[in-house]
Amino acid sequence: MENNQLTKEMYDELERFIEAIPDKENAIIAVLHKAQEICGYLPREVQEFIADKLNVPANKVYGVVTFYSYFTTVPKGKYAINVCLGTACFVRGADKIVNELEKKLDLKIGETTPDGKFSLDGLRCVGACGLAPVVMINGKVYGKIKPKEVNKILAEYND
Amino acid sequence: MSYKMHLLVCGGTGCHASDSDILLETLREEIKANGLENDVQALVTGCFGFCEKGPIVKVYPDNVFYIEVKPEDAKEIVAEHLVKGRRIERLLYEEPTLEVKLAEHKEMPFYKKQLRIALRNCGFIDPENINEYFANDGYQALGKAVTQMTPRDVIDSVKESGLRGRGGGGFPTGMKWDFATKYDADQKYVVCNADEGDPGAFMDRSILEGDPHSVLEAMAIAGYAIGASHGYIYIRAEYPLAIERLKIAIAQAKETGMLGEDIFGSGFNFDIELKLGAGAFVCGEETALIHSIEGKRGEPTTKPPFPAESGVWGKPTIVNNVETLANIPVIINRGSDWFAKIGTEKSKGTKVFALAGKINNVGLVEVPMGITLREIIYEIGGGIKNGKKFKAVQTGGPSGGCISDQFLDTPIDYDSLIQIGSMMGSGGMIVLDEDDCMVNIAKFYLEFTVEESCGKCTPCRVGNKRLLEILEKITEGKGTPEDLKMLEELGSAIKDTSLCGLGQTAPNPVLSTLKYFRHEYEAHVNEKKCPSGVCQNLLSYEIIPDKCVGCTACARVCPVNCIEGAPKKVHVIDQSKCIKCGACYEACKFDAIKKG
Repeated sequence: MENNQLTKEMYDELERFIEAIPDKENAIIAVLHKAQEICGYLPREVQEFIADKLNVPANKVYGVVTFYSYFTTVPKGKYAINVCLGTACFVRGADKIVNELEKKLDLKIGETTPDGKFSLDGLRCVGACGLAPVVMINGKVYGKIKPKEVNKILAEYND
Repeated sequence: MSYKMHLLVCGGTGCHASDSDILLETLREEIKANGLENDVQALVTGCFGFCEKGPIVKVYPDNVFYIEVKPEDAKEIVAEHLVKGRRIERLLYEEPTLEVKLAEHKEMPFYKKQLRIALRNCGFIDPENINEYFANDGYQALGKAVTQMTPRDVIDSVKESGLRGRGGGGFPTGMKWDFATKYDADQKYVVCNADEGDPGAFMDRSILEGDPHSVLEAMAIAGYAIGASHGYIYIRAEYPLAIERLKIAIAQAKETGMLGEDIFGSGFNFDIELKLGAGAFVCGEETALIHSIEGKRGEPTTKPPFPAESGVWGKPTIVNNVETLANIPVIINRGSDWFAKIGTEKSKGTKVFALAGKINNVGLVEVPMGITLREIIYEIGGGIKNGKKFKAVQTGGPSGGCISDQFLDTPIDYDSLIQIGSMMGSGGMIVLDEDDCMVNIAKFYLEFTVEESCGKCTPCRVGNKRLLEILEKITEGKGTPEDLKMLEELGSAIKDTSLCGLGQTAPNPVLSTLKYFRHEYEAHVNEKKCPSGVCQNLLSYEIIPDKCVGCTACARVCPVNCIEGAPKKVHVIDQSKCIKCGACYEACKFDAIKKG
């Protein structure tokens, strides 16, 4: 997966961000947000780098990463598919959309396809309940979708 | 430059997802193409609330309200309405029962019963322009507070208004502020809880996106009242648009001296910082939220000490929800007497509800406390989708319960909802119809709380997991009557012994459905049937011989080849092989397959 290579530029950018923070010990969450924005995910080496620069134990960083669902330790696909699993979407059939996507992409929710193209995740309420059920692909929202339309939507990302 | 006309285009999440941004661009192009750029301004506003029919465009000052507007309609709006002054009938809202077109939003039943205080500016001002907020009494309340009132006056005013926290528990806001004044410290903090985690509630997001300054103003007022000079807004990272709008608003407030040092020449200083959450429902609990602000795992701690004594960095802190804060400037401006006249005896003012699920008008509604569910669901919400039968309404999200039709005429406020086994919560209101299985709904919420439980205390970590397992057993058709008793016993033990609000309320969806929809549980357990036809393992599919024409469609889609029959002959499902996937049911064009 060539997209997930961590480069020296990434570490340099992260280091510059950390150096600018006055109160380092309490900045773990803010730093992790930045790191995930730069690197796309938070593998062990990035967590250890952060622990080192913030001068906190690595287990503390790991503890925070694993506590919050927004942080991921595995790389997401080039196209990150998020199915809203909020209540409004659930009662309007979001589970059927998940089943269909799992079948079509041959993976389970939370996983990424072996070629790194698609990842599938569930999220809680994007606040577009009028469009339920809702699927988001890299930030683009598809509303009121039916299981039958899943193929057509995936075909848009056929590159 | 003063414009003669404005086109207000909704930029809320729902409309944005339906291409309202492209619509806005196209409108601007058309305005320019017609040489109207000096007379008409098209601008983006916050959420109008009527998400069901988005994208929404409002023409001001004509007050014409267009619904479901697509980018390709832009040309006609400009050419017909703006140039020729003719309304476009086909884009107006049609009242479904009377079948008349309504031009102004005030005439629409969706808005008629609403009273917008917290949402007063949403949809009417440009949230990225502080001047529009100024033009609508913006920052007047802050000016009044710091120049004409003492901190004690402010607290008394909030106390007398009767305002209670809109985030869930309903604790009196003025009392919370008062507690924080009782502790001396070199620094105190005002925290805005914008970690809206209830799946199906989006009012806080809409306020932050549509009217960010009202929250900033209220935080500064709170800071003045308790003696704090620093505020934090703890907001979900999943709300990028709200974060962006808040950043713009904070910068503009600083530029104009509404935040910063010596506000209104009063010597009062106040600054606001954004802190991003990272996806943890439990962080809506105030002690967990405070730990998350400090960069730690968001685990709750026991109270006391309450945040008012020891909060962020161990200093006195008040934590208020977004909607609560949005009420504050109005209370200061119009007086606590005015506010206290609205609502019921113990619940004053209004509440914003996010109306969703099986209802015709999905959207955000703000109504006076004491309104009935019937008014919200049938008058404002336009009734149940597709003419189905109402079954229940779920309020309070994962901490709340399901309310059955016997309470449709109960006036709702904090206390009446608790009495009937639910709670106000943050204001999520999900309408369920006859096709929803209540056991399955309870299971959905339990899955949520089990996933979001932080794991610190045993009752919540282990107990809720066991509750979920029992529910899974029941939906799979393996439940016994003893399981129902166990659900009740375990549920009330978890409520009594959990550490924080998450665990103390997690069993509510199970307990309330058990109370009001026990017959559905019993059907699952005793008859091994799911009355709503949802729980897959309890379903059976049968071909009705009289209706089957032998088209073979069902046999062709069956993944396990368990449907026998020659073309043009009646088909039969082999029940011993059937995996109950429902593919045949979907494929049959002659309604010849019975689901039961």
